[in-house]
Parts: sequence; structure tokens; C-alpha cells
Amino acid sequence: MTLHIKQAGVLSLLQDLGRYGHQDVGVTPGGPMDSHAFHWANKLLDNAANDAQIEITMGPFQAYFQAETTFSVCGADVEAKLNGQVIFPWHSWQASPGDFLELSYPSKGLRSYLAVAGGFQITETLGSMSSVMRDQLGGLDQQGHKLSDGDVVPYQSIKRHYTRTVPKQFTPDFNNVIRLGVLPTYQFHEFSESARTTLFNELYTVTPEMDRMGYRLKGKAVEVKQQNFISEGIALGAIQIPANGQPIVLMRDRQTIGGYPKIGCICQRDLNLLSQATPGTKVQFFEQDLYQAEAELQQVQQYFFEGD
Amino acid sequence: MKINLVNENSVIIYFSDTVSIETADRIAYACHLLRNGLATMLSDIVPSYTSILLSCNLRKTGLQGFVLAVKRVLEQIEAHNVDTPAAKQITLPVYYGEEVALDYAEISEHAGLPFSEVVKLHTSECYRVFAIGFAPGFAYLGNTPESITMPRKMTPRAKVPKGSVAIADQQTAVYPRSSPGGWQVIGRTPVNLLDFSQDNLSQFSVGEHVRFEAIDRVTFLAMGGEL
Repeated sequence: MTLHIKQAGVLSLLQDLGRYGHQDVGVTPGGPMDSHAFHWANKLLDNAANDAQIEITMGPFQAYFQAETTFSVCGADVEAKLNGQVIFPWHSWQASPGDFLELSYPSKGLRSYLAVAGGFQITETLGSMSSVMRDQLGGLDQQGHKLSDGDVVPYQSIKRHYTRTVPKQFTPDFNNVIRLGVLPTYQFHEFSESARTTLFNELYTVTPEMDRMGYRLKGKAVEVKQQNFISEGIALGAIQIPANGQPIVLMRDRQTIGGYPKIGCICQRDLNLLSQATPGTKVQFFEQDLYQAEAELQQVQQYFFEGD
Repeated sequence: MKINLVNENSVIIYFSDTVSIETADRIAYACHLLRNGLATMLSDIVPSYTSILLSCNLRKTGLQGFVLAVKRVLEQIEAHNVDTPAAKQITLPVYYGEEVALDYAEISEHAGLPFSEVVKLHTSECYRVFAIGFAPGFAYLGNTPESITMPRKMTPRAKVPKGSVAIADQQTAVYPRSSPGGWQVIGRTPVNLLDFSQDNLSQFSVGEHVRFEAIDRVTFLAMGGEL
């Protein structure tokens, strides 16, 4: 019982929540770029929080369900069709054998998550199915390759006897300007007052140099004292400031250690927004209280992991 | 030693402002204690030259509880003033022949020494694993003898072959897989350093002692080395 992929699009990757416990030997965690959409796609189906899905970046994506299932699509604004009939993201839907799913190139946002009841069934490497192309880990072939036209992705044929919709207040608007909360950590206090003022007062722009590893932004240079900086562990969302003063936000496939000063971290809630941002999107940074962000994340996790 | 918050589920411990063998040893020992002491609270641990980044599982603990648990573990180290347990020592066979030492001419010229002398120096040192990163299993080993320190290549190579042993600044490393890279290649090991099918997937961990041992072409090939 498989999903037969007719068109994989620009970048489609199998992802679960990521590969943990191996960063000490340089293995990146990976995982879904937009964890908000990923969590909802599993939640709509009463899946376990870690069940594997297909992260579809840009698309367009076309596939046949070869067995009965209930599926969900969450994430970017895409035109989705099942057998030519329009369906909407942030919902779950029933599929019969032979049904044909199409997702267009997104009109807004960048990544969609396709989940099936019970999750896609593939072999784990180092405790995770997440595909990391750079590390040649995970995915269908366990070599980190992206999905290609003609691939078949196994799933169990499980049908939920209901379909669901994500409440409107939890579906994002994809704006041309996004506000990203900065946790004032790492070398925040070692940057000059004027560097911090620049970061918070200027608008930055998402450049085309953005991928699962990091997002390069451009705007007024954040002043950084050129210094020999000792490499240290890089946490999710870290904002590196290289010598040219242009921020780089480190994402799921980041390298585990790095030698640039970091002016803080983007809170995980707002990384979901950034991960849907296309080149040209404007970014406004603001200072975010760390304990408030932690409490929010804990609440989010409690909700999405409650069935596990 | 200081503990700083990093993000919703991570903290970083700084052990020193400067890189040294002593700090590397303390960090290796702290990692050992933290893994045991934090157990399932711990989601990931990233040791480096002077610091350890720790992330916790927020479903098991809050950040404040995690910081307290980390402090408790670290107090053990300070209170008992423990000696580090004997670190694992690894000896890696390396073939230093010209067909695999891709930068032998530049290295030799930069050091002002015949390449055979460079090899002697490279194999004379017992190195520490200071950090692992850049790519899975890529270990930064230090320090190389001063006379063979050398900057990275101006233009990185598009493909450094798997097993390549290389030097840059005061460090040496082995490329566990073929990848782009800017270090000066001095030789090649036939040993497979990374095996994703194993629990112990990397030969290296931070704090370990590493020596290189020169082998000839025949031995290199017999051990499965590829030219």
C-alpha cells in the first residue's frame, strides 16, 4: 500500500520531528521546517506527533493513493485537488484507491505537509526517518535523497471515520512583513548598543539564499567586532552575524557547531513563519522574553503530544 | 564556568575563554557526567572547544528545572575535583603517498621541509579531539606542531576524497566522507570513520586522544584504502 508519486516538484522530503541525540558527532537534527503545520497535519488524523509526513517545498506535487486512507494537508496556500475536485489545506480528507491528489505551486507560503493516517512507513536511521540531503541520512532510501517522480512511499491503509478542520485562529496569514521574536541570548550583550538598535529598528529582507540549513537576510549591516570567535554549538534559530553584518538564521538542517558570533535566537514559534517566507519577504525583529517563549512552546508540545 | 540560556530548550556552559588540552579534558568528562546525570531530560549535547550546548526535552522538564539539574551535575565535578578517567586513545593508520597527499608540495614548501619531515612531525603528536562538526564525524584535532601549521586553501576543493587527512591552522582532521573542503590534504586513512548502521557511529568523540601512524601503499590497499 503506497503513495505513488507522479510529480515530486522542486523539493519533497520525508520528515518526522527529527533525529536527536547525535549532534555530538555532527549529525544535524533535521525535522519539519514548519513544525506548526506539521503538528496540525498529524493532529487532524490522531496520528502520533512524530509520524512521518512529506514536506513539499514549492511543489507542484501530484500523487496517486493506491490504498484507502485518510489524509491531511497543512501549510502553504496551495490550490489542492482530489480527483479534480477542489479541497482545502488545514483539513483532513478521505481517499479511495486510485484517487489522484494535486497540489499547485503555492500562492503564498512555501511548504506544505502531507500526512496519512498512521504515518508513512519507512525505515529509520539513527532513530528517525527525517531526510537530510547533506548528511545522506533518512528518507525513502535512507540516503537522504529527496523524493523523485515515480517513487512509491509506503503507508498502512488506515481510515479515520471522520474528517477535521484546523480552527481558523490557528491557521497563519502569510504576510509580506513578518515579525520575528529574538531571544536575547548567546553574544547578544556583547554586541554594541548600536548593533542591537540596528537589528530591532531596521527591516531585513529574505534573500534567495535560503534553504533548510539557513536563511540569509539582507539589510543594514549589524555592526560586529571582527574577532576570532571560538566555534560553539548552534541551537535552532540562532542568528549568526558574519563579518559583513548580514544576519543568517539557522534552521533545521543547520551545522552543529559554528564560529560566527550570534546575536540571539529566533523563538521557535516565529521560525515557523520564517520557514514559510519567500525571497523578498520583509522581516522585523523584536525582543522576545525567553521564559514566555518557553511556556508557549511547552503548551504547544503538551497539546500535540497528548495522545502519545 | 558559567551557564547561559540559549533558546526555549537549550543552555550553554562555558568552561573557559581559551582553547586548551585541560579544558578539552574537563569538557569530555563533563559530557560523560551530564549524559548520565540528565538521562531522559537531555535531548542533545554538543561539546566544542570551550563550551557544551545542551538541549532538553520540554515534555520531561522546564528550562529552570533543567538548569538546576545541570548545576547539580557540574557541582559534582568541582566538589570532588575529579581526575578525568583515562581517555580512549585511537591510532589511525595513514598513507602519506604523493598520490593521496594532494597538497604535499604546497605543505612541504610552506613548512620549508622535505615532505618526509612533515610526515614525521604530523605523526609525532598525540592530538585531542576538540570538537566534532562541519559534517557528521568530522573531528577537529589539535594541536599540530608549529612548524607544520598552515592556512586553509584560498579556494576550497570541490571534492576532498573520503578518508583524506588534512591540516589547517593548528589543527588536523580526517574527512569521513567525500565533501567540499578547504584544508590542506596531507594523506589518507583506509579506516571507515563513520558508520550510520552502528550505535557507535563515529570513531571519535570529544576529548579522545588520537595518533597517526604512517603506513605504506601496500598496507593501505590491504586495509581497504582507495586511491
